[in-house]
Amino acid sequence: MAQASGLDPLVDGEDERPKWDNKLQYLLSCIGFAVGLGNIWRFPYLCQTYGGGAFLIPYLIALVFEGIPLFYIELAIGQRLRKGSIGVWTSISPYLGGVGLGCFSVSFIVCLYYNTVLVWVLWFLLNSFQDPLPWSTCPLNLNRTGFVQECQGSGTVSYFWYRQTLNITADISNSGTIQWQLFLCLVACWTVVYLCVIRGIESTGKVIYFTALFPYLVLTIFLIRGLTLPGATEGLTYLFTPKMQILQNPRVWLDAATQIFFSLSLAFGGHIAFASYNPPRNNCEKDAVTIALVNSMTSLYASITIFSIMGFKATNDYGRCLDRNILSLINEFDFPEQSIPRDEYPTVLMHLNATQPERVARLPLKTCHLDDFLDKSASGPGLAFIVFTEAVLHMPGAPAWSVLFFGMLFTLGLSSMFGNMEGVITPLLDMGVLPRGIPKEAMTGLVCLVCFLSAMCFTLQSGSYWLEIFDNFAASLNLIIFAFLEVVGVIYVYGMKRFCDDIEWMIGRRPALYWRVIWRVVSPMLLFSILLSYVILLAQQPPSYEAWNPQYEQFPSREEKLYPGWVQVICVLLSFLPSLWVPGVALVQLLSQYRQRWKDTQLERSPKPEGRC
Amino acid sequence: MLWPLFFLVTAIHAELCHPDAENAFKVRLSIRTALGDKAYVWDTNEEYLFRAMVAFSMRKVPSREATEISHVLLCNVTQRVSFWFVVTDPSRNHTLPAVEVQSAIRMNRNRINNAFFLNDRTLEFLRIPSTLAPPMDPSVPIWIIVFGVIFCIVIVATALLVLSGIRHRRRNNKGLPGLDDAEDKCENTITVENGIPCDPLDTKGGHINDGFLTEDERLTPL
Repeated sequence: MAQASGLDPLVDGEDERPKWDNKLQYLLSCIGFAVGLGNIWRFPYLCQTYGGGAFLIPYLIALVFEGIPLFYIELAIGQRLRKGSIGVWTSISPYLGGVGLGCFSVSFIVCLYYNTVLVWVLWFLLNSFQDPLPWSTCPLNLNRTGFVQECQGSGTVSYFWYRQTLNITADISNSGTIQWQLFLCLVACWTVVYLCVIRGIESTGKVIYFTALFPYLVLTIFLIRGLTLPGATEGLTYLFTPKMQILQNPRVWLDAATQIFFSLSLAFGGHIAFASYNPPRNNCEKDAVTIALVNSMTSLYASITIFSIMGFKATNDYGRCLDRNILSLINEFDFPEQSIPRDEYPTVLMHLNATQPERVARLPLKTCHLDDFLDKSASGPGLAFIVFTEAVLHMPGAPAWSVLFFGMLFTLGLSSMFGNMEGVITPLLDMGVLPRGIPKEAMTGLVCLVCFLSAMCFTLQSGSYWLEIFDNFAASLNLIIFAFLEVVGVIYVYGMKRFCDDIEWMIGRRPALYWRVIWRVVSPMLLFSILLSYVILLAQQPPSYEAWNPQYEQFPSREEKLYPGWVQVICVLLSFLPSLWVPGVALVQLLSQYRQRWKDTQLERSPKPEGRC
Repeated sequence: MLWPLFFLVTAIHAELCHPDAENAFKVRLSIRTALGDKAYVWDTNEEYLFRAMVAFSMRKVPSREATEISHVLLCNVTQRVSFWFVVTDPSRNHTLPAVEVQSAIRMNRNRINNAFFLNDRTLEFLRIPSTLAPPMDPSVPIWIIVFGVIFCIVIVATALLVLSGIRHRRRNNKGLPGLDDAEDKCENTITVENGIPCDPLDTKGGHINDGFLTEDERLTPL
């Protein structure tokens, strides 16, 4: 029966498929793919917003019931069927070939915008090799009497990010011109990616030792540095203190589930591709559990580091807020310098308010609370490019820390890019898109070139708005649909019994009852409910974005604008088009089956040539 | 006799120099912020130096070379260290226009700062904006240099990999026709096993099997 559906029989024999040099390369590649920028800038934000330590409960539940089982399935089918995502799904059932094509298209789209984030990281990395750092001061205005107006309003770091890096327009319909500095970095980034994936896993396997392990080294260095900074303990205690009542909000559970899902990079096809290069009898169960646990541990480790540095930044900002108030008081009332220590500021202020309230009222005094500064959270690019860069400014030896931080982000993103690129390249190689004479280097070069040309649109002045759209709409819904179809396809179409037989052949024992129950019941139900809630949330959310508009009255707050009609159409298309491969391919398959059957019946009916006896 | 003169001078002084007077400027020093432990105490001698620096700045203005230290009046010195000053003309009846004083101070700001070991932020002349120093702008931005270095390394490495791949493939292609020749040669070579040639049976008719040669030698002669 295996032969009838086109599956290779289970053999231990050698074949021409490239393979990993050793098990460590494979593990590091999967870990590098799973551990990405989201572990640094998404998980700490979620932890902070959803009640600190309490968030770990839904997170761990999601990991156990959704993350690890799905991951196990992906590794097992990749290792068993030894093909990329398109080949695997066509082998399981020709009607499910659309799942593979969908995963392939989503991987391609993610390659485009993920590398653009790396372009930004590279730009900051290149600018970190100078003292003082370029985002520490504002540029001077034309007659050199003061700073540029926009910079004075927004702050030096925001100005450097929005004006000198992105040169952002105030509206998404105003595309502006290509920013040549970002274009140069785009060329460099895609050349680096090409250099690493040029021979598939033969080349990435060598680079992964560095790109997967360097981030851990830097995180440890930052952890040690962060814990010794003043204010680190306040940050850690405030942010990790569990607030249990927040668990009643269903949004917390949804975000925990989606975070695990995207953090492990499921349903991209990259893990299937990596596992397909494994030897047939590899223990994929142990691999799945190990890699998933390492990924979650890394998230936790990173959040400790990030929180300690955020605590330092908050304490620093609070101190400077107090100092500014104290200086205003001293200047107004001509007290001697440094005569009001920070602790005595409240009493002095009260005394002055009682004696000379009018003069005090005229002063621009701001209320300073440490909790307000600790509450200022940020996620995504805002954390890395604005909040963290500002924190780094106040650490002694700022350029070195900046180089380390952005170097870490670059290697993190690069190792995830390898997985994304393998999700695109391996199916193309398996399908034999290019004739055999053309070497692999040319194929990977062609893929990188196409991605580079497509990603040029993100270097426009409105590029970051488009990146936000791609990030929000292209990947999320489609991947959940594909993951759901993955579980259903493997367990119900391929067959639980056949799957368990394959696993028994590969690792030596059948999967325990725990796995079978979860695969059959829990995971599909969980995924379906996540899918429903996601669609409902997406429908409820107004399609708006936050624009950076210097002419806005409440500048530097960002102005909320609605997407224009044509952009909304693009959002909808991005959300659904990759999923349409599934019904599309199934329909094509159905039609070709009917045609075949119709041809067969025609052949039967036509008069057979009589044998001349 | 001298007392009325003294009171007159003081009265004129108070008239010309008081907070928010016409053509008066407020100065604020933050000595402890700038120098920390090495901070000096602000006394009348420092005030004398300040007046001298202001007089020096005014003397550099083309029409005001006759300005003396006594023409610079200080008043309302506080513990903050802040005070007001005006510059009078030689007749001591009028104060010089604020615009002239402002431009003179701006031109010599650096000298005044250095005399007190302070900078633009710690020696503030309120209402006199300082000309900010231009930022260090190298002709080639540093990021381009770093970019150039990294990009060259990457291009060279990529080219090396591509070339080595091409050479590898060319060697493989050369190897394959070599293999075909070897197969042809095989039919003419004699396979050798353990140093003893194995001849195919149909090429020669009758041949002594050398494998049994030694047996006669092993048997001891009777």
